[in-house]
Amino acid sequence: MISKQETEKIAKLARLGLSEKEIEKFQKELSSILGYIEKLGDLDVSLIEPTFHPFESVNVTRKDSEKKKDFSKKLVDLAPEEKEGCIKVKSVF
Amino acid sequence: MHQGKVGFLIFMELTNLGIKEINKGLKEKKFSAVSLCKAYFKKIKEKDKDVSAFLSLNEKSALDQAKEVDENVSQGGEIDILAGVPCAIKDNILVEGLKCTAGSKILENYVAPYTATVVERLRNKGAVILGKTNLDEFAMGSSTENSAFFPTKNPNALTRVPGGSSGGSAAAVAGDMAVYSLGSDTGGSIRLPASFCGVVGLKPTYGAVSRFGLIAFASSLDQIGPFARSVEDCEAVFNAIRGKDEMDSTSVDADKKNEKKNVKDVVVGVPKEYFVQGIDKEVEKIILGAIKKYEDAGAKIEEITLPYSEYALPAYYIINPSEASANLARYDGIKYGLSDAESSELLDVYLKTRGKGFGPEVRRRIMLGTYALSSGYYEAYYLKAQKARTLIKKDFEKAFEKVDAIFTPVSPFLPFKIGEKIEDPLSMYLVDIYTVSINLAGLPALSLPVGKVKNLPVGLQIVGKPFEESRIFEIAKVLE
Repeated sequence: MISKQETEKIAKLARLGLSEKEIEKFQKELSSILGYIEKLGDLDVSLIEPTFHPFESVNVTRKDSEKKKDFSKKLVDLAPEEKEGCIKVKSVF
Repeated sequence: MHQGKVGFLIFMELTNLGIKEINKGLKEKKFSAVSLCKAYFKKIKEKDKDVSAFLSLNEKSALDQAKEVDENVSQGGEIDILAGVPCAIKDNILVEGLKCTAGSKILENYVAPYTATVVERLRNKGAVILGKTNLDEFAMGSSTENSAFFPTKNPNALTRVPGGSSGGSAAAVAGDMAVYSLGSDTGGSIRLPASFCGVVGLKPTYGAVSRFGLIAFASSLDQIGPFARSVEDCEAVFNAIRGKDEMDSTSVDADKKNEKKNVKDVVVGVPKEYFVQGIDKEVEKIILGAIKKYEDAGAKIEEITLPYSEYALPAYYIINPSEASANLARYDGIKYGLSDAESSELLDVYLKTRGKGFGPEVRRRIMLGTYALSSGYYEAYYLKAQKARTLIKKDFEKAFEKVDAIFTPVSPFLPFKIGEKIEDPLSMYLVDIYTVSINLAGLPALSLPVGKVKNLPVGLQIVGKPFEESRIFEIAKVLE
């Protein structure tokens, strides 16, 4: 069972604004799912290499050349706030 | 004159034609691509108010696309096998200029700025795109009930779920509202709805199909694949979308031509771990019947063992949420999508936007993933799961030394009632117990309808070796 404080901490790390009620609900649900996942505990994997990707793949690179397509405007237009062709961000300080 | 007259006479039947028949009909000018397209929109308007497979329709552009094909035919041009064939696209695959919601409030008003490679490839062949189909939010779910907009219903039984997460794509094909459709499969999201709706659905080998333009969920598991009413149609679509794409570094050209095998030379493995307690007896009976049918056709059936099977679902429910929590960090209320930007504090914007924009299952997975990746738990959960993944993958490699394909049920359950499992996340996860291991191992697998319990379809899962989709199709055609 994970604690309420732990649940609150995860929500904050995940940048999810949750209500008190939701925290309680997630505390219960996460505990039940983690309980099921505990099954992995009885598996000895000390000598096993992890598989992060199903197949080995090679890195693909391309020439560092300028692209003329005006794609950036399209992307900036999708932002909630823009200013002078840039995405506007909240002040950090 | 010609097409108007004939088109009207066979209006009702147009929506039953397969890809080859459509191609023949168009070439011989028995009907036009426009009349075919209209017949599909008519069908959608009649039927989709009950099924709710589509999130949005693309009527005007679809008719323009069909018109182009007709012009091509009338000028005597060659047309591709998929030209003029109406299809539907899961709403987590981008089509420039169309909304792409991923079934989420956070992308409710997001209009795709570019087109996914798979759609580009279909369009280059003259495909007609009818609309975008419903899904569990960000493809997270097994019933399509997690869509932030509305649930899709199973065309075979409207009180039941179509499976998920590509429930809209499967229901569109099952309800004759599209000839074929595209879905995505991260842990069973093509095969489960194909099984529940009674259509053919393929999850290709990881890397066989480009993921460029697919909204990322769990990147080491996601694959795009087709739904169709027949194996032949499914194969035609797969061949059109497969292959390397410079925009997806994990895609490969594995145009492996498997030499044809007579059914008498095919060896099929049946893993004993997939027929244990928990499987619905009626489902088991139908699956065993299909296996017997293939044996009677001359194939050799062998019992095999995949000893680490029981660890697949727990490992999956660590790896999947971990990758999801990282991928979904991009929805921050700053770059695109929903934004609750009233506050002047950056942290507030994040918390409010994400708290409001994501539904319960998406939040659950983000929470789980964040927990599994957080300091102190990484080794116990994430790393351990990736090591278990190695063992699961090796199980299959070993089995495939002796067999050409593996047969299992797609799901232990029949399509369940809407609302039956939605309040209990863990019971919903268990629906995918036979499909997730395939994604962990990166293998290709197809769901083939092999029977019904009353009116509820049951799918057989045919698993192949990496990049041996053609072998899977060959086997499925014998059983179809």
